[in-house]
Amino acid sequence: MSDYNFAYLDEQTKRMIRRAILKGLAIPGYQVPFASREMPMPYGWGTGGVQVSAATLTPEDRLKVIDQGADDTTNAVSIRKFFERTAGVETTEETAQASVIQTRHRIPEEPLTEDQVLVYQVPIPEPLRFLEPSEIETRKMHALEDYGLMHVKLYEDIARHGQIATAYAYPVKVEGRYVMDPSPIPKFDNPKMSGMAAIQLFGAGREQRIYALPPYTQVVSLDFRDYPFEASKADAPCDLCGAEDSYLDEVIVDDAGGRMFVCSDTDYCRARRAAGHVGAQGKTEDAA
Amino acid sequence: MTPLLKVESLTKRYGARIGCSDVSFDLWPGEVMGIVGESGSGKSTLLNCMAGHLAPDAGRVMFDTRTEGLQDTITMSEPERRMLGRTDWAFVHQHARDGLRMNVSAGGNVGERLMAVGARHYGEIRDSAEDWLGRVEIDASRIDDRPTAFSGGMQQRLQIARNLVTGPRLVFMDEPTGGLDVSVQARLLDLLRGLVREMGLSAIIVTHDLAVVRLLADRLMVMKDGHVVEKGLTDQVLDDPQHAYTQLLVSSVLQV
Repeated sequence: MSDYNFAYLDEQTKRMIRRAILKGLAIPGYQVPFASREMPMPYGWGTGGVQVSAATLTPEDRLKVIDQGADDTTNAVSIRKFFERTAGVETTEETAQASVIQTRHRIPEEPLTEDQVLVYQVPIPEPLRFLEPSEIETRKMHALEDYGLMHVKLYEDIARHGQIATAYAYPVKVEGRYVMDPSPIPKFDNPKMSGMAAIQLFGAGREQRIYALPPYTQVVSLDFRDYPFEASKADAPCDLCGAEDSYLDEVIVDDAGGRMFVCSDTDYCRARRAAGHVGAQGKTEDAA
Repeated sequence: MTPLLKVESLTKRYGARIGCSDVSFDLWPGEVMGIVGESGSGKSTLLNCMAGHLAPDAGRVMFDTRTEGLQDTITMSEPERRMLGRTDWAFVHQHARDGLRMNVSAGGNVGERLMAVGARHYGEIRDSAEDWLGRVEIDASRIDDRPTAFSGGMQQRLQIARNLVTGPRLVFMDEPTGGLDVSVQARLLDLLRGLVREMGLSAIIVTHDLAVVRLLADRLMVMKDGHVVEKGLTDQVLDDPQHAYTQLLVSSVLQV
């Protein structure tokens, strides 16, 4: 342990956040205001997610932190270290081993279980924000289920691009009631939110909002009847592990147009390669 | 026959000042009512109270709803009033910018009300948007342009299309021709008159332009200092004004 209170925040603050989380779980998709605290990191680096994680963690938990699918990028490493130091909890990179997973912009490929909690970092919790700048008005629209405007955005996408071009932060409707911003996850991940066994919590630090999805909640991506929702990904297998079903990052490998597609979920890719799956460039990668 | 809109002793005060005081009238289906008066006479306050944008201090605004007959729109719940606002009612603002979404294409602007009442088929929404742009004489090729790329007259016509697309029964208009030059005004009035007759719309038009009410309105109310000083058939009021203020108003019109 360290000189910090467990998980950095004081107990009263954690109680306040837990109350917001419980209210969020009771009203799936509803944005609960909470008194967000200053955290020792800049806004935009996951201050909301960190506060939710801090209020959720117990000393027995095992934490995993994901940044754009990866466990080893700056955001993931620094938040993992933060909790190692302030909470002294065990950490892991393996999805199945973790009980609390804080994520930025991805849902792990491996299906989550009832014993897990998934915490999202959310920059802008209000799905209607860029259409309606007034907070008073958007709250009223949520209260009255006045969501026509959300489809105007999708209409504009089709009118301009011939298809729904929104590729991330794709708006969803929760249990036929609240329209919710799923945080900037790729729309490929949207179907995973629906009926998920794990609890999903969303924290927006700068905007001071928490919302939540209890296990097995119905989450439907908005669309038009003649332009149905499509969970898109790059049309290729992973070059390292050969996975056809995972979301891919495109990596530029030289300055002559060379590129490769690799799983965005690093833990998923690692596990598959350990199990003997090899993609097109998987062998050369190992040799190098 | 029940009136479409029944206004009873509508009063709105701004502190000690009077917005509009004790206004009552019936509006019948298919009828166009004009409200004229000088600036500050309470025309817009009255219109905004009737349309639910302002909460009046006293009085009732009864609307003949499709399902439940005459209902007081002031005491009805907010969701019900909003539903009326995007189905049976329409509101045309003086400045098209207030009534349009300037960063959304013309098609999206027309389609918004359809989507708000549950249309979820892109092709159909686009078809009715095209149809309505045609009816207000905007070329279908401009459907994906934003209103910022439109002239003032086109913006005003787009606003009308956006409002009429759900087939409302009552249209509130606040100086619909204000700020437009006369030839554009004439075409807009012509268009409005055609649409009102063709769709059997009822309308309440607030204006200070007597020519507009002469062309469009069946009946007229003249307001001064928040009070209705004279009402009657349009040509009767304009050709044989009784109240001193109406006489002043009518005689103030410039003759070319």
